[in-house]
Amino acid sequence: MAPAVPPGAPPAKPGGLKAWFYKRFPVEEFLRDQLTGYYAPKNFNIWYFFGSLALVVLVLQLATGIFLTMFYKPGELTSFDSVEYIMREVSWGWLIRYLHSTGASVFFIVVYLHMFRSLLYGSYKAPRELLWLIGMLVYLALMAEAFFGYVLPWGNMSFWGAQVIVNLFGTVPGIGPGLVLWIRGDYGIADATLTRFFALHVAAVPLALLLLVMLHLVALRRTGSSNPDGIEIKERVGPDGHPLDGVPFHPYYTVKDVFGIGVMFVLLAIVVFFVPTFGGLFLEAPNFEPANPMSTPEHIAPVWYFTPYYAILRAVPDQRLGALLMFLAVALFVFLPWLDRSPVKSMRYRGVLSRAALALFAVSFVALGYLGLQPAEGTYVIWARIFAVCYFAYFLLMPWYTRIDKVKPVPERVVFRAH
Amino acid sequence: MRTKLALLLACSLASGAARAATAPAQEGGTAFGADWATWSAHDDVNNMASLQRGARNFMSYCLGCHSLKYERWSRMAIDLDITPDELQQYLIVPGDKPTDYILTAMPASDAATWFGKTPPDLSLMVRARGPDYVYQFLKTFYVDSAKPTGANNLRLDSTAMPAVLSELEGLKGAVFKEEPRVGADGKTITTRVFEHFEQIAPGRMDEKQYDEFVHDTVNFLDYVSEPTQAARRALGIWVVLFLLVFTCLAWFLKREYWKDVH
Repeated sequence: MAPAVPPGAPPAKPGGLKAWFYKRFPVEEFLRDQLTGYYAPKNFNIWYFFGSLALVVLVLQLATGIFLTMFYKPGELTSFDSVEYIMREVSWGWLIRYLHSTGASVFFIVVYLHMFRSLLYGSYKAPRELLWLIGMLVYLALMAEAFFGYVLPWGNMSFWGAQVIVNLFGTVPGIGPGLVLWIRGDYGIADATLTRFFALHVAAVPLALLLLVMLHLVALRRTGSSNPDGIEIKERVGPDGHPLDGVPFHPYYTVKDVFGIGVMFVLLAIVVFFVPTFGGLFLEAPNFEPANPMSTPEHIAPVWYFTPYYAILRAVPDQRLGALLMFLAVALFVFLPWLDRSPVKSMRYRGVLSRAALALFAVSFVALGYLGLQPAEGTYVIWARIFAVCYFAYFLLMPWYTRIDKVKPVPERVVFRAH
Repeated sequence: MRTKLALLLACSLASGAARAATAPAQEGGTAFGADWATWSAHDDVNNMASLQRGARNFMSYCLGCHSLKYERWSRMAIDLDITPDELQQYLIVPGDKPTDYILTAMPASDAATWFGKTPPDLSLMVRARGPDYVYQFLKTFYVDSAKPTGANNLRLDSTAMPAVLSELEGLKGAVFKEEPRVGADGKTITTRVFEHFEQIAPGRMDEKQYDEFVHDTVNFLDYVSEPTQAARRALGIWVVLFLLVFTCLAWFLKREYWKDVH
């Protein structure tokens, strides 16, 4: 029996099992560094929920994914049947599967909002360039993870989606055809492709994702979070050595995030239980037919979270140039910290040019997402070209418009209204 | 609510015996079938009687060629309130065990020879194409002597499926009109545009009875495409309510903590 610890005793000298454990593992230091001693700006608004929400969705995807792996059987002849087996005969299999399929879309929703937050408040600017770059790697890994996962049910849209995406690598000059063959492991999308995508989806990419998310958090601990005013709270420290405008992450933001998680789960549950296909946006109708190389779906479109890029690809008449622009559309995010020449971070203190550019970019991204779901014909293509130009203009003209934009003076302390 | 299947079967036989006069129906001024592309299946998987009738329809008219390879007899019986006795007596194929999947006896290779393609499994047809598609498909067969089966379909042109339900709905002819259209290249192309159906010969059912027959069958296929859907929605209400209460409590907890921050 360990002696009872009197209340108020310094926790550094616990007895018994606790002491044994603390001597061998830095529990307290870890909690202090990561939670109770980590100060975050107190003026976070709704945009600052999405980072922790993304982490929660990652855990949700890992947990549901593990259970799906227990029943899913990768293979040309088994994949589709095993998914239906999960949906019909595995106890609560339908719930696990819908949580996973809806979770994938929710992951992108929160990640896109998380990224938009960075654009809105200049979170990518110095000193957070590396944080931003690691975040971009997380985004790339997430896109790979989603793509591989989408192929696994081996429905007809899985098959043809894989066909379109993998063939894009054929546009790489010189090595294109060989590269496509190497990715597929066969002369067409086939069993070999499916099984390797399974390995990548359940082992390789999740490991990379976890590592990158950890690095993202490590980088965040060094710089601290940005905030809606774009002020570095570390520059104004109180007598206790803590930022005047900061509050300990725990309990203030853990309790706030629990509320955010609740809201997210309400919305998630509404989709999972009442509209799991979300009108064909989260689960597409053609994917309830098994993969059939002899029958092409009427419109091949990726899932909604890739359609902005897909619209850019199809807006260009030349396939190689289209693929290049599509790649660029993702890659340009990487250069934002250096393209942005504004002396202030937050949109709150920027002028009309930056605001208009960001608004136009957001509209273009959503519009391209819509156009990517439509057939590539007529006015849809014209509009896709117009919005693609706006999309690229946001990045390419940024050094110019952020420099000449009139900025407002940034306050010394964050704007905070007690609530 | 347990509906007696025996009663249903008796009713259906009675209604079948009453041969209905099938004049070309005029619904709200539109010619018969002119608005076929807007027809809705009005499926409702909570209507247990309709699902039971649909199951009976499927076993009598569809199972000869089409399987439900992901659905077991026993699962269907449990979900549709069918007792083991009723299942044995009226529905199950002789020789099948209740735990077997609902499979057609027709060999796939023979089917491919006879029809040019193997009749598709219908377990997921409603999820893949939507209930309205299946409903419109089953209601828009018409006589077309140019086709090997003697029948064609508006929803799925040149379908390999014969008009097997013509025994029930009778024979319909389709009236087309030739409509010249100026193509993108400036040339005039004549296209055949469907105008309306005309009843050639009556079937065992009148239009309303056949409509209910198709409605029930599509409803059953909707259930089969996702057997858990009724349970999913029923559970969902409680999950969402719980999460709303949880989220409210989390909000008050958050407010309590943040009181001190100025």
